[in-house]
Amino acid sequence: MIELQGLTKRFGSKTAVDDLSFQVRPGVVTGFLGPNGAGKSTTMRMALGLDHPTSGSVRIDGRHYRELDEPLKYIGALLEARGLHGGRTAYNNLLCLAQSNRIPESRVTEVLELVGLSAVTRKKPKGFSMGMGQRLGIAAALLGNPQILMFDEPVNGLDPEGIHWIRNLMKTLAAEGRTIFVSSHLMSEMALTADHLIVIGQGRLLADTSMADFIHRNSRSYVRLRSPQRERLLDALHGAGLTAVEAGDGTLEVDGATAEQVGDLAARHGITLHELSAQRASLEEAFMRMTAATVEYHAHSATVPQWSKEV
Amino acid sequence: MASAPAVLRSEWTKIRTVSSTVWTLASALVVTVAMGAALSALVRETFDEMPAVERATFDATVVSFSGMLLGQLAMVVFGVLVVGTEYSTGMIRTSLAAVPQRAAFLFSKIAVAGVLALLVGLATAFLSFFLGQALLGEHRTDLGEENVLRAVVGGGLYMGLMAVFSMGVAAMLRSTVLSLGILVPFFFLVSQILSAVPKAKEVAEYFPDQAGSTIMQVVPGALGSDPAPYSPWGGMGIMLLWVAAALAGGYLVLKRRDA
Amino acid sequence: MIEAVGLTKRYGAKTAVYNLSFQVRPGTVTGFLGPNGSGKSTTMRMILGLDRPTSGHVTIGGHPYRQLPNAPRQVGALLDAKAVHGGRSARSHLLSLAQLAGIPARRVDEVLGVVGLQDVARKRSSGFSLGMGQRLGIAAALLGDPQVLLFDEPVNGLDPEGILWVRNLMKALAAEGRTVFVSSHLMSEMALTAEHLIVIGRGQLMADMSVKDFISANSADFARVRTPQTEPAQREKLMGVLAEAGGQVMSEPDGALRVAGLPLPRISDLAHDADVRLWELSPHQASLEEAYMRLTQGAVDYRSTTDQRAGLMQQPDPMGYAPAQQVVVPEVPQQGWYAPPPPGQNPYAGAPQPGAQPQPPQQQQRPYQAPPAAAPPAPAAPPAPAAAPADLSKSEDAR
Repeated sequence: MIELQGLTKRFGSKTAVDDLSFQVRPGVVTGFLGPNGAGKSTTMRMALGLDHPTSGSVRIDGRHYRELDEPLKYIGALLEARGLHGGRTAYNNLLCLAQSNRIPESRVTEVLELVGLSAVTRKKPKGFSMGMGQRLGIAAALLGNPQILMFDEPVNGLDPEGIHWIRNLMKTLAAEGRTIFVSSHLMSEMALTADHLIVIGQGRLLADTSMADFIHRNSRSYVRLRSPQRERLLDALHGAGLTAVEAGDGTLEVDGATAEQVGDLAARHGITLHELSAQRASLEEAFMRMTAATVEYHAHSATVPQWSKEV
Repeated sequence: MASAPAVLRSEWTKIRTVSSTVWTLASALVVTVAMGAALSALVRETFDEMPAVERATFDATVVSFSGMLLGQLAMVVFGVLVVGTEYSTGMIRTSLAAVPQRAAFLFSKIAVAGVLALLVGLATAFLSFFLGQALLGEHRTDLGEENVLRAVVGGGLYMGLMAVFSMGVAAMLRSTVLSLGILVPFFFLVSQILSAVPKAKEVAEYFPDQAGSTIMQVVPGALGSDPAPYSPWGGMGIMLLWVAAALAGGYLVLKRRDA
Repeated sequence: MIEAVGLTKRYGAKTAVYNLSFQVRPGTVTGFLGPNGSGKSTTMRMILGLDRPTSGHVTIGGHPYRQLPNAPRQVGALLDAKAVHGGRSARSHLLSLAQLAGIPARRVDEVLGVVGLQDVARKRSSGFSLGMGQRLGIAAALLGDPQVLLFDEPVNGLDPEGILWVRNLMKALAAEGRTVFVSSHLMSEMALTAEHLIVIGRGQLMADMSVKDFISANSADFARVRTPQTEPAQREKLMGVLAEAGGQVMSEPDGALRVAGLPLPRISDLAHDADVRLWELSPHQASLEEAYMRLTQGAVDYRSTTDQRAGLMQQPDPMGYAPAQQVVVPEVPQQGWYAPPPPGQNPYAGAPQPGAQPQPPQQQQRPYQAPPAAAPPAPAAPPAPAAAPADLSKSEDAR
């Protein structure tokens, strides 16, 4: 369990994190979302005792990070910037971490195997690709078999196999009752991984809610229909006081009713449906709606302005 | 608190598993011994051509330590790299996440690296001394002579403390490049030049390297230099104050600043 | 239009790209996929004339890159976001590129506006975040208003707003009739962006087809069917009817049915004839990721394994879908990453249950004290990656 209370961090006149209070609970994957510069990394660094809060506190299982005895056994973290020595072999990088927290040396081999780096344990990370460096960082986080894991942008640089693996790893760790706190910019990825969301913007808490709830509240949900008896279906919907919007590919979209209601309605009228599916907007869409006001760098439009060819 | 033996062990692993440790310490030893030997041999050949004042204050120990001026730079590089690479590689975040008690982290690191530097320094001093004396021929001195053992042990201590001082500075500056950019020119140029300028010399005498190196003189005002206004051990004390100040500064920076 | 014919690149004994032939057509976004070290970046570099092919050739609009008249006006590329002189401002970086290609200075401000960097145009790019560097790289690619655009991992480091923007930008560029060729590791992102795919593995072409065909060819589609929860009898009845008609029916954890092998209208008709009301009848396509994983198995250099001893990965997927997927496509060989829980007892069966408070430290050390011999036998071992040793130090992104 990670617990933030009134956490605030100012750099000069800029407030990076502003009175943030929330809890990250065990047993689920908690996603940590926010636009660039929202204060996600700063918050994670304060949780690890790397940055000093201007005010407020972060507690790990009720204690400040610095009060933890052999902290790697409580909490493992992968921070965005590479945190290992490029000139020391992968194995030795982990060995010195293990020794400082009295973790047996055999665990080093174990985690290197776990992340798929067995073949390069004696190589130096400076020759590693970004994905391999990321795997080594994940190995370091898992070293102490901690109950709490924090990952900042874990899929950065990983290839598809690696992305799939880290996603399942996080879910499995959460299912074992561990606390998993993960930040990412990839909404499509987050939608597949997280159960709970904490969203911040300009250092402030915007949402602390379950994934389903977040999408439900921040976007439109509708029922998509496809039927060979289109006209009859439209009449039936109209009769029930529902409005259907025609989508491009011959489907109908109905707002304000559940799939169950529409299904029953069609059955009552003996209308054949070739599709009846409840549609939810994507996490991305929901996120965009919520954070629209807090984005720092806005790209203007998706189109390239005409360039008058006067050269 | 993290267990102290565990942290020391971890820091020892860190030091022994990077190649820079070997090449900095090896060059400290090789450069100092080789240059000392070369100058000792040269002095034996040219002793009679030396100015009378230098012959009068001839100090065979100091001659055999001539290589230290260059060799100490390798020690400075070693000290800077031990602390600086934590910052340049980003390892500092991982290290502090593993050992959040910053004093324990910093002083374990400096203790391990300092002891290693001291041992290499002592080996360097004794090797330089014996090889240098062998090459000085009839002008040689002996460990049994008065103050010679103090000078040789002091030479080793000096080398070790130069490394520790550099560690403190690197912890204050949090950057390998910046620390090297300041320390190397300072010890190699600024300190040497100022010590030759009449007025500035009175200040330069209290620089860590100038003060610390007096312990290596068996004859006060060796080789025609001006005698220092403090005793050999007094000079070592001044150097220790510098080292303590650098370490305190380094610790305060580490404690106060965000990693 | 980009056209590669028999493209081959060897580095010493290692063949990075072998006999690659493909076309990237204008008007669509073409995705370029492959595991790490499969030769994607090498191929992109050969397209741009940075690396010379050992044999074969690649042309843009019929010319090799080096022979293109005024190449920057015809081809724009984002290869490595960090390939910018950090001491220069974003604007002067672009200005120097523009001057080289004879592009008016006004265009520089234009593209800075397009990528949203106009406010930091005069700041040194060394202070830029990865995402801002990426935007600058995209601005440079757009500078010459080129007809052909190459992007290598364009969303790296971008925030959600930036990712959405890049996706829409690429689609818009393609819709204007330009050729857009983009590599990415993010399957979920690629599925939203690309219409056409070129997949390589170990330097060889593995697929060149539309995203839709790719998914269909490499996975099984299915329909999700739900009947009213209040009437379990209807569900049983429907299951029987569907199975009789030749569908493969499975149950999902929430009570819905997963039906493969029958088109949706047929399911609808069968339900209608059986007088079963439906509460859901939705088409499901497997994800691009799943299809991709099936295709590229065996072409992966670094494969993660399951944590055998510490008991980190020995519980079933909490979603409960993984076993179902295996039944849907029984012909797919067992993969390491779909590994089911191994048989045998978890030695750390006392591991905390979801919702439990973390254990005190003494207990946390327990997994290490357990002798490794007590670990359960390994699940079906993943196929050996058999990576050549040369791969290890020369993985794609490291170059």
